[in-house]
Amino acid sequence: MQEYVTELSKFAIPILMAVHTVCGFLSMFDRLENSRVIHVLQTMLLFSIQFLMFVDLALVTRDMQYLFFYVFVQAFLLAAAVMVPVVYDKVNCLLLDNMCLLIGVGMCVISRLSFKKAVKQYIIVLVSLAISLFIPLILSKIRFLKKLTWVYAGVGIAMLSVVLILGEVTHGSKLTFSIRGVSFQPSEFVKILYVFFLAGALWENTSFVRVVWTAVIAGAHVVVLVISKDLGSALIFFAGYVFIVFAATRNYLYLFAGVLGGMGAGWGAYQLFAHVRDRVIAWKNPWIYIDSKGFAITQSLFAIGSGSWFGMGLSQGNPRAIPYVEADFIFSSVCEELGVIFGICVILVTVICFLGMLKVAARIRDRFYQLIVYGIGIMYIFQIFLTIGGGIKLIPLTGVTLPFISYGGSSVMTTMIMFFIIQGIYIRLQEGGRHNVRKG
Amino acid sequence: MREIPKGQEQDRETAGEQRADEEGMREMSKKQDQNRNGTASQRADRDQKNKIQKKAGGQERSGKNETRRMDNKREIYVTGFFFAAVFAVLIGYLGYFTATSQEQMINNSYNSRQEILLSRNYRGTIYSRDGEVLAETVLDEMQNEMRVYPFGDLFAHIVGYSTKGRMGVEALANFYLINTHTSLRNKAANDAAGVKNPGDNVYTTLDVKIQEVADDQLNVYKGAVVVTEVATGKILAMVSHPDFDPNQIGEIWDSIVENKDSSVLLNRATQGLYPPGSTFKIITALEYIRENPDTYNTYSYQCTGTFTARGSRISCYHGTKHGEVSFERSFAKSCNSSFANIGMGLDRERFEVTLEGLLFDQPLPLTLSYTESKVTISKDTSTDEMLQTSIGQGKTQITPLHLNMITSAIANDGVLMKPYVIDRVENDAGHVIKSYYPDSYGQLMDVSEAEILKGLMTAVVEGGTASKLSGQSYTAAGKTGSAEYNDTKTDSHAWFTGFAPAEEPEVCVTIIVEGAGSGGDYAVPIARRIFDAYFDH
Repeated sequence: MQEYVTELSKFAIPILMAVHTVCGFLSMFDRLENSRVIHVLQTMLLFSIQFLMFVDLALVTRDMQYLFFYVFVQAFLLAAAVMVPVVYDKVNCLLLDNMCLLIGVGMCVISRLSFKKAVKQYIIVLVSLAISLFIPLILSKIRFLKKLTWVYAGVGIAMLSVVLILGEVTHGSKLTFSIRGVSFQPSEFVKILYVFFLAGALWENTSFVRVVWTAVIAGAHVVVLVISKDLGSALIFFAGYVFIVFAATRNYLYLFAGVLGGMGAGWGAYQLFAHVRDRVIAWKNPWIYIDSKGFAITQSLFAIGSGSWFGMGLSQGNPRAIPYVEADFIFSSVCEELGVIFGICVILVTVICFLGMLKVAARIRDRFYQLIVYGIGIMYIFQIFLTIGGGIKLIPLTGVTLPFISYGGSSVMTTMIMFFIIQGIYIRLQEGGRHNVRKG
Repeated sequence: MREIPKGQEQDRETAGEQRADEEGMREMSKKQDQNRNGTASQRADRDQKNKIQKKAGGQERSGKNETRRMDNKREIYVTGFFFAAVFAVLIGYLGYFTATSQEQMINNSYNSRQEILLSRNYRGTIYSRDGEVLAETVLDEMQNEMRVYPFGDLFAHIVGYSTKGRMGVEALANFYLINTHTSLRNKAANDAAGVKNPGDNVYTTLDVKIQEVADDQLNVYKGAVVVTEVATGKILAMVSHPDFDPNQIGEIWDSIVENKDSSVLLNRATQGLYPPGSTFKIITALEYIRENPDTYNTYSYQCTGTFTARGSRISCYHGTKHGEVSFERSFAKSCNSSFANIGMGLDRERFEVTLEGLLFDQPLPLTLSYTESKVTISKDTSTDEMLQTSIGQGKTQITPLHLNMITSAIANDGVLMKPYVIDRVENDAGHVIKSYYPDSYGQLMDVSEAEILKGLMTAVVEGGTASKLSGQSYTAAGKTGSAEYNDTKTDSHAWFTGFAPAEEPEVCVTIIVEGAGSGGDYAVPIARRIFDAYFDH
């Protein structure tokens, strides 16, 4: 019995996932935007995928707690996928459906790695959604967002500095800060402030002087992150600055200067910091450092290579052999057990989300809000590039999370808030500025 | 400092941030309506915007900003295309990695997933070409798994072992042996019964009969024998002495590892580096033919037993004086003096190219683990080194399998077939999972060059140093060698490399017997027994 279900789901899950991905691409056409048919179909696919994954997991492990957990996850996703459009009838279905899918995949994969962590993550996701649901409403009420430019920067740098000074050291980097036993990763939340700061600084004034001024403040963020040894976040903040300046000024020179500057900074970091050199060395040829520097990346490659196209099946691989698998290498664990085809679909879904964000941005004529949507898109997609590219050895490892899928409360909460900021802006765009939010 | 806005639209804005915000939103919705109203109005909209942009560009320089009005859709689309391209590369790389490296990833000893597969599947069986079991996993009374090698030490190196690391076919085919392709029904039944699934089985190209003869003939001598099929590159037999019993690997492991001088684990056929001795004259002859395609046949030399040039001296084996010798006779009699003379006249840079073409100092097209052969010829090579090299002494070193590959290419009209030992992988029901096919590496030499060398090698059997092979039901061809390996110059390794039948070669044999004496006396008889066994079959 179990073998049949396992074998069936081995092929059924990637196929359903691929159909979901195709639907995602279809919903990018103007004509199919917010199409009810696609929304209903994607919701059904999401539920089928969730059902198969958790049943498979329960059968293989012979542990019924997964089915119990499944009911909760499904209830949450039902609430998100069905209730949000009821509360906000102008919600962007593309972002909503794909967000639910990624969260669902994340819940399943984390529960397979550690049930305790999955329960914790579930609660955080629940709280995040509860908070996020108010964001569109808040955005439509608050009128002074454009005025707080320097406040965003000040608070952001202050938060990062607090971590630098008081933060706890994990894996050699200062990333987290604890208040009463609950640990936060402020660099995640600062991402939102940072985007608001850049949008506020550049929406009406793009003179050279202003761009340089902004560079100094943005650079301060990046420097604090580099000193905290949070290289992944530093790169994401840097990329965010370069692209937002590009979109605000429409000047390709800034883009090229940014890319060149990034290369120069990368070279400098390579010369200055031993831990940066280690990452690069381990990336060039991890096999000769398989016991030391190259351990994490080679274990990640083993996982992906062993899983191959269709995966070893949920709970049938050994993803826990990879260090920090729940956070940094969750994608490798997805590929190992659910297969590379499934993994490629996950990548495509994130790209669909990004392109969906750009599509929203392209329509907004208020440059402040436009830059916010655009900036969130850049930070989101660049982070995905860093984490997946690092895990498959396309680029050196930077150790950042895969938004929505990785374990990590700060990461999932920040990403959800970001998505709902875009939803809020989108809803106002659709409603033409009137705040007629229907009370659900 | 706030800029003072210009223009009608912005005058309204000064009334307050809130109104500006409202305005922005209204603009958005206006844009939406225009989108719906069709292309004509859209185009008009865009034209209008472009005008505004030009105006705005001018104002920007004067410090008065209207960037907000400029349309940056294009930049947003550029961003989209940029990241789409980046992710296309990412997905392409991931796909390439997945398509090419599953076997390599699973076979790495640092990959813990091997144990997972082994905990679910019994290790598959390894068979000879005619279906005899070479290695299998059996259960004892306590249901413990044991790896059994029915032929004991006979296939020690080529089939290898799978505990204490892996070697031979056990290493090469590990991925298949620990995976299973048994039917879903069997899997379900095994799962219900709580037993493991049968791993896939591997059929090799190895021939038990020939392996037995080779092993038997090599006897107590150290050395190696390689037998391959000329047309396909299939390895029929591979023996390396001294050997060990893989059934006992657990017990003997410590003593083998402790003893630094012990080389029983070394597969001499693929990893043993030996001076090629006179077998290298095949290569010297090939170079001479290449440099003198029209006149090599008119070559003549008066052998007095020694050759001297610039203070270097080369002697014939046991000081034999060969008298006047032609090119063919120099080769057949393995006249060192004559070949030293030939070597003196060779173009060193061209020789270097030929050696490279024959895969000296190059990676070999092999999946078995092997050692690269070594040679040192360049335009700076000294006279002494050149003389030594042309008779296969000096610094030149070769593995028996590499020499077999060169010989086999001569037999196969110059085309090298990649040697291989795994023929196919089957599941427990005999359904073929993966087949390996003969694969050519390429042309090592012209057809005509191969023809000439074949003729020379036939002469070695018919009236030369390998005359112990003449007068059989088949005609063989080959080259002997007696490679001196220490300074006292009394001891030598006995070499033979050759093929049969000479007219339509089927099988290629390469033999080295360490420290035995001359190739003609010690290696050639072994070759004869192997050829006999092959043609009896």
